[in-house]
Amino acid sequence: MFIKHSTIERNVILLAVLTLITVVIGGLVEIVPLFTIETTIEKVQGMRPYSPLELAGRNIYIREGCYVCHSQQIRPLRDEVERYGHYSLAAESMYDHPFQWGSKRTGPDLARVGGKYSNEWHAAHLIDPRSVVPESIMPSYPFLAERTLSYRDISDHLKALRTVGVPYSDEMIAQAVADLEAQATVDADTDGVLARYPKAAVGDFDGDPARITELDALIAYLQMLGRLVEFDKTQPGSLRQ
Amino acid sequence: MPSKIEKDAISGEHTTGHEWDGIKELNTPLPKWWLYVFYATIIFSIVWMILYPSVPSLSTYFGGTLGYSQRAEVEANLQKAAAAQASFRDRIRSLDITEMKADPELNRFALAGGRVLFAENCAGCHQSGGVGAKGYPNLADDDWLWGGSLEAIEYTIRHGVRSTSDETRTSQMPRFLADGMLTAPQINAVADHVLSLSGLAKPNAEGAAIFAEQCASCHGEKGEGNRDLGAPNLADKIWLYGSDRASVVQTISYSRNGVMPTWSGRLDDATIKMLALYVHALGGGE
Repeated sequence: MFIKHSTIERNVILLAVLTLITVVIGGLVEIVPLFTIETTIEKVQGMRPYSPLELAGRNIYIREGCYVCHSQQIRPLRDEVERYGHYSLAAESMYDHPFQWGSKRTGPDLARVGGKYSNEWHAAHLIDPRSVVPESIMPSYPFLAERTLSYRDISDHLKALRTVGVPYSDEMIAQAVADLEAQATVDADTDGVLARYPKAAVGDFDGDPARITELDALIAYLQMLGRLVEFDKTQPGSLRQ
Repeated sequence: MPSKIEKDAISGEHTTGHEWDGIKELNTPLPKWWLYVFYATIIFSIVWMILYPSVPSLSTYFGGTLGYSQRAEVEANLQKAAAAQASFRDRIRSLDITEMKADPELNRFALAGGRVLFAENCAGCHQSGGVGAKGYPNLADDDWLWGGSLEAIEYTIRHGVRSTSDETRTSQMPRFLADGMLTAPQINAVADHVLSLSGLAKPNAEGAAIFAEQCASCHGEKGEGNRDLGAPNLADKIWLYGSDRASVVQTISYSRNGVMPTWSGRLDDATIKMLALYVHALGGGE
């Protein structure tokens, strides 16, 4: 050895300098690619930030720990693609903070569950999973239908996400509360919310049109999962990395 | 600090030379097999880094000499699987569904594949075997809301019911109480009449009169239903939302608007035809 072990051990400054060099090498390899991450996110059409109602639903999804049993990541394997649909893209979780990937599935993957079931089914299933899937072991979440959604601070959630890079415009933040209410209300004027958040599911979700519950928000979120990217406008092979 | 490396008399190994309060440390070497495996893993990782995608750079990354890509691999696997089924699926695509049913080979293929597809995509609502649940029609009986022919089933799967598809099947029953069209006593009378159609209540003359005026245009004079409107047969003792009086009153008062998603776009053309054929064969196909 050109520097003896005993020499490093006895010289605290040398030890600190060599430790720093080692950490810097590891840090460069791991951190520098993050600044050039654009190159690993596919260029696809259709991705947009979550609408305020979807975001509120996503917060409930995280609060209730849905991710503990459900991943949102379809792996590039034939059986997964045939069951769940197109494999997940990096672009599809670029506005996720935190992302909902995972490798443990007690329940099925939810990356493309949007549009697969009706709102009534989701409401019945969340209130009592056994009522529609007799063999299900999922816990019941009946309280979601009873709890009124708290969304006074929803524009702050949008602002917080903007600081970490989600492209919410000033208009989106200013309209957040109005957009949330419009998306969850029957026969509301949804032109604004649909212009800002294309493909958002609108209307009453939980079977109780009189008020906006946590169940409304969660179902609105589930109904958009995996539906944004326009795969028919994507060239085959362009997604290869 | 290593002061004096000496040979330990009992174990026969050298000491490290460190000593703490008279306690000395043996310098026992690692087992040779372990050490060689360790070196082998280092060599393996270097070979791996050369062959497969590994080191990132500022704008891209080193892709490996094999040019491996997981996404290219899954595309190849899917193409291989599609090619293996191409002789069936291409024919399914080119035929309409009655011609497909007439072909015994395609029929077998569709029934085998349809079973798996049904379990993944349909059983969540219609239950395994298509026996249905409250609010989700039984697909194995003769009672159809929108028609039980092959073409009708195919259309329903493709476009759904009250779905987001532009060509969805749709109809809306009035909410007779909520919209103020009937009073509560009138609704009770109609409910009695509806139940009497299948012998679950005594005939109710007032209800029959209201039924003829308000309900018969869609459900038929005798409650036989109308498939063009998805209006269920009310006289066949098959109940989608329950046959108890409270459920019927609820239906008349607030209406029911069951939703089935559209599957076009989610499932490809051949898959939808396979499912339609499978559902048709569950027991109720016409």
